[in-house]
Amino acid sequence: MTELLDNGGGSAAARRFMAGREAWHWAEALPWVVAVAAFFVFPDYLALGTQILIAIIFALSLDLILGYAGIITLGHAAYFGAGAYGTGMLSAHLGWGEPISAMLFGGFVGGVLGFVSGWVLLRYHGLTLLMLTLATAIMLKEGANAAEEWTGGFDGLVGISIWPLLGSFEYDLWGKTYYCFALVVLLLCFLAARRIVHSAFGRSLVGIKGNVGRMHGVGTPVHGRLVAVYTLSAAMAGLAGGLFAESNAYVTLDVLSFARSGTVLIMLVLGGTGRLYGAFVGAAVYMILEDELAKLSPEFWEFGIGLLLVIVVLFFRRGLLGSLDDLRARSMGGGA
Amino acid sequence: MEQVARAAISILFDGVAYGMLLFIISVGLSITMGLMGFANLAHGAFAMAGGYVLVSLMLTFDLPFIPALLLAAVAVAAVSVLFERFLYRRLYQADELDQVLLSIGLVFMATAAITFIYGPSTVSLKVPAYLQGQIDLWIGLFPAYRSFTIAVGGLLILALWYGFEGTIIGVKIRAAVDNRRMAQSIGINVDRLFVIAFALGSGLAALGGGLAIEIIGMSPTFSLTYLVFFLIVVAVGGLGSIRGAFVAALFLGIVDTAGKYLWPDGGAFFIYAMTIAVLLVKPEGLFGRA
Repeated sequence: MTELLDNGGGSAAARRFMAGREAWHWAEALPWVVAVAAFFVFPDYLALGTQILIAIIFALSLDLILGYAGIITLGHAAYFGAGAYGTGMLSAHLGWGEPISAMLFGGFVGGVLGFVSGWVLLRYHGLTLLMLTLATAIMLKEGANAAEEWTGGFDGLVGISIWPLLGSFEYDLWGKTYYCFALVVLLLCFLAARRIVHSAFGRSLVGIKGNVGRMHGVGTPVHGRLVAVYTLSAAMAGLAGGLFAESNAYVTLDVLSFARSGTVLIMLVLGGTGRLYGAFVGAAVYMILEDELAKLSPEFWEFGIGLLLVIVVLFFRRGLLGSLDDLRARSMGGGA
Repeated sequence: MEQVARAAISILFDGVAYGMLLFIISVGLSITMGLMGFANLAHGAFAMAGGYVLVSLMLTFDLPFIPALLLAAVAVAAVSVLFERFLYRRLYQADELDQVLLSIGLVFMATAAITFIYGPSTVSLKVPAYLQGQIDLWIGLFPAYRSFTIAVGGLLILALWYGFEGTIIGVKIRAAVDNRRMAQSIGINVDRLFVIAFALGSGLAALGGGLAIEIIGMSPTFSLTYLVFFLIVVAVGGLGSIRGAFVAALFLGIVDTAGKYLWPDGGAFFIYAMTIAVLLVKPEGLFGRA
């Protein structure tokens, strides 16, 4: 695994090719500049900003499996929810509220669940896999509903109390602390995801997505690779869930709902799959629009997002970022 | 002892009625998914449309229940042809993700539109006197409306069975489900079959949606709330299998009803666990073709 991530094998030319793909482009600084600027420009919106950052981490985790490995899931909320409940129950039942380790515990719970469920589910594909992921997430939600003693059931998990971050930064009403915390976590998750997709391991996932038969043919352990990336993705979703539990100090069954699985899928597709930054654009656009439009009229928002989805699927299948690329390519082609 | 027996019969009866309802709504989805391979998550929206059209026909136009029910089914079937022609058919060759996203988009739009027109709360209608109260079925008194639903479901199974086994269109559809390319090469107009199957499936869903108002209730969230159940019926029964959809729907109806009475908190968990178990062992469903 480490060997794969280091691009250890292969010729010097192949290594140079891989390194070239991983080189940074100046535009990649943009989202981070925006995120830091938002901290100073919109101090009243940091609570929303924190939720956007969490949604980006969640969407990023989905991009790893959907955009790169081509695993279609309708149940990714299972891992987000597992992380949220893991972190929340650690505090509510065991009294451990140290934010960083509690969040990591959430990621751990998500990852373990991802490994176990992925090991079983990733032997299936197509409609069966869709149904299995959907049923797994809902089963987990119903399980959490039934295990009322532990999860608070329908009423939600209360009694989460999180200690100050690094022992000194208190939770504040404006969400400054958690905005910064979430931004750092996002940066680390992003760097990890970027490393993964540009590694030989990541390229083998793209290969699996493109042509499973051929990857079997060249001797790639397909199931193992899929389980590996699924576990990483679930752990990242669990981190997002842990952050969600900490920043809200409550967890309800909603974290495991089909709506959450669907929403993260929509965010990612809106931004564009298989390009990492699609998660940033999609989650930010979705949540800002939701915040603005749902205030005006919830029906209008719901109708609008449905219509947008239909239009994106029919005409802009590569999402906002992909369409931007196409537009640029066309204008450059026209100019030459 | 007698009380236990009576409770068991009551649960069984309610479960069968609920199962019939699930069958009526889901069987169309099973056919279209088997025939076109389209993961249509918006199938429940056609059922929902049927329910609301029925309410409008009865309240605004004062139509009696049964004609209104039939008219609603026909109207939804007719409108669904437009959806098939202009939206669905563009994505038959696309991957499941695109189909899922398109149909989720349609569900959102339907939910919003219905909330906007009818408001967010549950709707009700006035069923005719002969469907109210209890009916004597020799072995005891049973709720008339549920008996009616079971009868409709039974008739539909006979009609579908005859339609698929005994008519030329049914033979063509079965051929296309089994092997679309081969069916196409021997001159079957598969494109037209798609329209017919889609309209039939949506019409049946609308009929089920109309019947559902009195049994499980109807609100703008109907299509999302019951989406998973429709999908379970189709996936567990096996794509394209009417017999499979029937068995799965009946089983689901009875287990869910029993769960609600006997184990309110954990019953649903059990259903999803069973679904996963069936699909792990038989990914193509109980009666599906591998």
